[in-house]
Amino acid sequence: MVLSAAERAAVRALWTKLGSNVGVYATEALERTFLAFPTTKTYFPHLDLTPGSAQVKAHGQKVADALTRAVAHLDDLPTALWALSDLHVRQLRVDPVNFKLLGHCLLVTLARHYPGDFSPAMHASLEKFLSHVISALATSYG
Amino acid sequence: MVHFTAEEKAAITSLWGKVNVEEAGGEALGRLLVVYPWTQRFFDNFGNLSSTSAIMGNPKVKAHGKKVLTSFGDAIKNMDNLKGAFAKLSELHCDKLHVDPENFRLLGNVLVCVLAHHFGHEFNPQVQAAFQKVVAGVANALAHKYH
Repeated sequence: MVLSAAERAAVRALWTKLGSNVGVYATEALERTFLAFPTTKTYFPHLDLTPGSAQVKAHGQKVADALTRAVAHLDDLPTALWALSDLHVRQLRVDPVNFKLLGHCLLVTLARHYPGDFSPAMHASLEKFLSHVISALATSYG
Repeated sequence: MVHFTAEEKAAITSLWGKVNVEEAGGEALGRLLVVYPWTQRFFDNFGNLSSTSAIMGNPKVKAHGKKVLTSFGDAIKNMDNLKGAFAKLSELHCDKLHVDPENFRLLGNVLVCVLAHHFGHEFNPQVQAAFQKVVAGVANALAHKYH
């Protein structure tokens, strides 16, 4: 399901609106993921995962930066995210099902903070965008 | 079997008490059909599903959404026995409707998004976690009688 021009524009516009808060929302998405899907915590034994933790915030910012990069490279996500894919596959060896869990919690976070923007069409565009990011991240699994 | 703590049950029941089942049902089912278009395969006789606005405004979608969410409300009254509560519906979805149970998980997650959209800051991470348990429990209960 390729993103149409309108869908790309919608995602880019929302991202512009999020501005410097992408890190805040990515952090909240991570916190929601750890609480709702406790198995995801198994990938972070080295971090303090208590809500409000500076380490989770730092990780949230990393996730945010990667997503912002993805928004800037909607035409070629596999190339743009190749290094991250390699990291997640070869070094971190993350089961790809977990990307969907974080993706879902990101949607929930955005729905909660931007109700006026989270129309059914935006919901669909974001879901498509995230599923493309997830595919690109899973590219290295071969 | 899913086990709910007293706090989780309280959080779920309290939030559900404020849900407009008719509105939320139509919203959740509509969004399912928009965001995951292959789910439209189960609703060929629903009329116009040709665009996002057609889907969201379709009276059959709204009516069916209300039915689905009313059933979900029954689940919330039977959190300790979801499999029992959904046994008949499980048989129906397998034997008559031929619905892939993956769709129950998709609808569950769409419902969580709708609740977040509607309730804003009240739908905090703890409340979401409790609801994720319910929707997973309902999806499993609905899939339980498949053969």
